Amino acid sequence: MRWIATLAGAVLLMGSAAASAAELNIKLQIPRLDVAEYHRPYIAVWVENQDQSTAAQLAVWYQTDPKKEDGTQWLKDLRQWWRRGGRELDMPIDGVTGATRPVGEHALSFRSTDQQLARLAPGKYNLVVEAAREVGGRELLRLPFEWPGTQKQQATAQGKTELGAVTLNVVP
Amino acid sequence: MKTALRVVAVASALLAPFASHAHKMWLLPSATVSTVDQWITVDAAVSNDLFYFNHVPLRLDNLAITAPDGTKVTAENAHTGKYRSVFDVQLKQNGTYKVALVNQGLFASYEENGARKRWRGTAARFANEVPADAKNLEVSESVGRVETFVTAGKPTEAALKPANVGLELLPLSHPNDLYAGETSKFRFLLDGKPAANLQVVVQPGGTRYRNEQQEQQLKTDANGELSIDWPTPGMYWLETTMQDQKTSLKQAKQRRLSYVATFEVLPQ
Repeated sequence: MRWIATLAGAVLLMGSAAASAAELNIKLQIPRLDVAEYHRPYIAVWVENQDQSTAAQLAVWYQTDPKKEDGTQWLKDLRQWWRRGGRELDMPIDGVTGATRPVGEHALSFRSTDQQLARLAPGKYNLVVEAAREVGGRELLRLPFEWPGTQKQQATAQGKTELGAVTLNVVP
Repeated sequence: MKTALRVVAVASALLAPFASHAHKMWLLPSATVSTVDQWITVDAAVSNDLFYFNHVPLRLDNLAITAPDGTKVTAENAHTGKYRSVFDVQLKQNGTYKVALVNQGLFASYEENGARKRWRGTAARFANEVPADAKNLEVSESVGRVETFVTAGKPTEAALKPANVGLELLPLSHPNDLYAGETSKFRFLLDGKPAANLQVVVQPGGTRYRNEQQEQQLKTDANGELSIDWPTPGMYWLETTMQDQKTSLKQAKQRRLSYVATFEVLPQ
């Protein structure tokens, strides 16, 4: 019986934490491209300070298949991300890095209590999404937001080549 | 007259790598931003056009590659062809590598038994190899560096330490962290001390596909420092030359100094 009480307490704790946690929700589209040779893009998503330094790493999708060539060698092609801190990181990063994703819409959701955002101080930032594709192009989008802000915020940016629409929702 | 002209021509060809009006010397790395364990390959040539091999190769005898931890690295697969030399380097460490060709030596011309003789070598060998009674002896010294920089992962500073001999670059902005539309600051050193009022030329590559040289003529300030604006992404060539009398041999009247570097400027 006691474990049920413990579980209930844990659920309650989680519930109360969730209620007070701010949220950063991202939807990003990887567009379908009519090209002869297609490889899934490398994509990095991060939070940028006003001086363009990196405030938080949110996601890095790259070729992680151990049966293929070492995919970390092309991370530098995400060249803004590389300059702004990517080159200082050891891959993989728990909760941040993952395999490349297919064409379609991808949702990312972070709470202020998550490790990625736990140290993000209140203030003005940009969400940055950068994509680079083998034998393809590169594209970078910036979406300004305030963290955590006082009211719900939404921002959208439309990619032209390597990215489709990127939507950001911030819930204080 | 013809013979005299030929002697002058040969002599200036010998000195060419160190003369200010000479062809451009350069190292061209296949990449400057890389990751650990990857390879780079480097071209080394002398030409008027940047960066095309169409004149003579740059000799690799005095190649010095410094790893991020300060140790020396040996070039692999070195080859000298008709127009260029080439070599490979594996970036086994994280950090910045300095790739340098350091040419340092003495040049002498004199007459022996009525014949014009030429000699090149070091101060230590001079007394043994050049006759003490050589007539019309002319000796000059040269110290020249041709450099480029390559980084695996995070840029580091250890390999950039100057040797404090001749003209050198002390980058205040990291040489593998250059971006179009930004300004970089460099300090030039002469024997380890700030080189003030030094004329420096900076020129972007790709000269074959444009009409203008697009040279930037710059000058160092009292601290030996200057700022370079990078208008567009690409490979850039930098050169500075000067002369002084600080020779290592009393017979040498003049020391010719040169510093050349190739930088990659990335798009934003």
